[in-house]
Amino acid sequence: MKEKRILLRNYGRPNMTDAKAYMETGGYQGLKRALGMSGWEVIQELKASGLRGRGGAGFPSWLKLKFAYDAEDDIKYIVCNADEGEPGTNKDRVLMTNDPHSLLEGMMIAGWAIGARKGYIYLRAEYPYVLPILENAIESAKQNHCAGEHIFGSDFSFEFCIRLGAGAYVCGEETALFESIEGRRGEPRIRPPFPGTHGLFGKPTCLNNVETLANMSHILREGAEWYNTLGVEGSRGTKLFTVSGNVNNRGVYEFEMGINLKELIFDYCGGVPDGHKLLAVQTGGASGAIINPDQIDFNLDIDHAAPGGGRLGCGTVFVVDDTNCVLDIVRNNMAFFCAESCGKCVPCREGTRRIFLLLDKICSGSGTVHDLNHVIDLANTIKIAAFCGLGHSSAVPVLSAIENFRDDFNRHLDGDHCACCARTERSVYIND
Amino acid sequence: MMKGETYSYTTPASTLVEVAKIAAKYKGQNDKLMNVIVEVNKLVPEISEEIAAVISREMNLGESRVFSFVTFYERLSVKKKGKYIVRMCYNAPCHVRGAVEVREAILDFLGIKLGETTEDGRFTVENSPCMGVCDISPVVMINDKVYGNLTPESARSLIKRYIREDV
Repeated sequence: MKEKRILLRNYGRPNMTDAKAYMETGGYQGLKRALGMSGWEVIQELKASGLRGRGGAGFPSWLKLKFAYDAEDDIKYIVCNADEGEPGTNKDRVLMTNDPHSLLEGMMIAGWAIGARKGYIYLRAEYPYVLPILENAIESAKQNHCAGEHIFGSDFSFEFCIRLGAGAYVCGEETALFESIEGRRGEPRIRPPFPGTHGLFGKPTCLNNVETLANMSHILREGAEWYNTLGVEGSRGTKLFTVSGNVNNRGVYEFEMGINLKELIFDYCGGVPDGHKLLAVQTGGASGAIINPDQIDFNLDIDHAAPGGGRLGCGTVFVVDDTNCVLDIVRNNMAFFCAESCGKCVPCREGTRRIFLLLDKICSGSGTVHDLNHVIDLANTIKIAAFCGLGHSSAVPVLSAIENFRDDFNRHLDGDHCACCARTERSVYIND
Repeated sequence: MMKGETYSYTTPASTLVEVAKIAAKYKGQNDKLMNVIVEVNKLVPEISEEIAAVISREMNLGESRVFSFVTFYERLSVKKKGKYIVRMCYNAPCHVRGAVEVREAILDFLGIKLGETTEDGRFTVENSPCMGVCDISPVVMINDKVYGNLTPESARSLIKRYIREDV
């Protein structure tokens, strides 16, 4: 099993904020090609490539562009979601620091396709050191006529605007991100209307993940046919994986879609260190399912949902060894959702907190079967009643862990002392 | 949160003049409230009642809009902060690599609880969600700098360096 570096083809190469250095590697060829096509042809090319969103949901990228293309308005926007908030996910940071121009090129291709003249990059506050990289790249692109006015002598102009977050996971949600760019609290909006027609500042907007946009530059350069030779049916191309936790080789790796999770962890990342055993794996970040070692032998592609609930999500693989306790991990996840809930809707705001407190009670050994049933009940309620994806997905780790690690939950219900859970005090997570 | 207990401090008039200059640049651009606050935070780490009032006056925004904005985002604060804000990742990838022990070591060393500021006003320690550098977990971020692969010992010597201003 070998890495297939396309998005990370310029990994470690020096001076990649310089547009000239990027062009030496074939950069901006995709944009040039796109400018020779009509917007509709670009969208058709992306359709033929089979590119789907890399943020986790896997929505067909061409369709998202088409919604904004179809909307009739003089002003449209491209927005790049660089608010990589999912715990254990580093891919966008690595991509932006190593090849910032591939993102800019992708945004301009998308802009040309739908007729947008302005692109916003919403960068999270946790990446202050990425800001100068993006700023320098944009400046260099302008100086080399790859951005700004009359790009490559055409009448296409595109302006970049970087906006900073200030620490809010919920701003990774499309409409909450728009609210934040508009200078308000990052609370999600009701839909419809959908962002394709009423997005940022009420204008037709196409929002995409960093990785998705970077893919567009490679697809337009090499062509849809080439892209179709990568990955598997339904999930074309490569995917960036972030492997973290109790594993020997942590980091961001790029593989073709459809690689085996077990091989990724054990063959490529060197397995669990210090002779410990694998306890659990969480795929897709804190909002992904927690699965047991018997459930990890499956292929990671966008559509595949393995028994136990394991799936690709945003490509995050979090490995936990047997010095830990699954309940401690789930409690940790819920503390995160509880802290990050924006407070707009009751199911999420109150539900995540109640689940956290009940899990904490179970962790301490004083929980009852009734408490556990209550947790399941609350999680199922959040799943259907929450306003946005944050709430919906907060139920996933809880319900999957209870299903896949029932014995561990029962052990805590019997009142056995768990040294691992006792290590963390509740006051570490929330102020009562 | 009671307004009185949050704003139990004042901001010097000289700072307010600077804040007014920053906010005035963005008059009529309400969407750039974040830019204003990010710039103001380079002067002072917290947004006091006076600062919020100045911003709202200069940008012609409701004071409640500024207050609700600042209290929403994790990295903005209406409470007094230290010169160095030590943000400790509490998410699972750091948690399973010993973040609990590192956090205890830092808090013990500084003699404060989570969320508190040292008496000399130099250090605030708080929890932070994932900072996206999980390949070197456990991680802390002190102001804009990231430090990883920490152990209780290395965390203590890191804080010592900041105490000596050796950074």
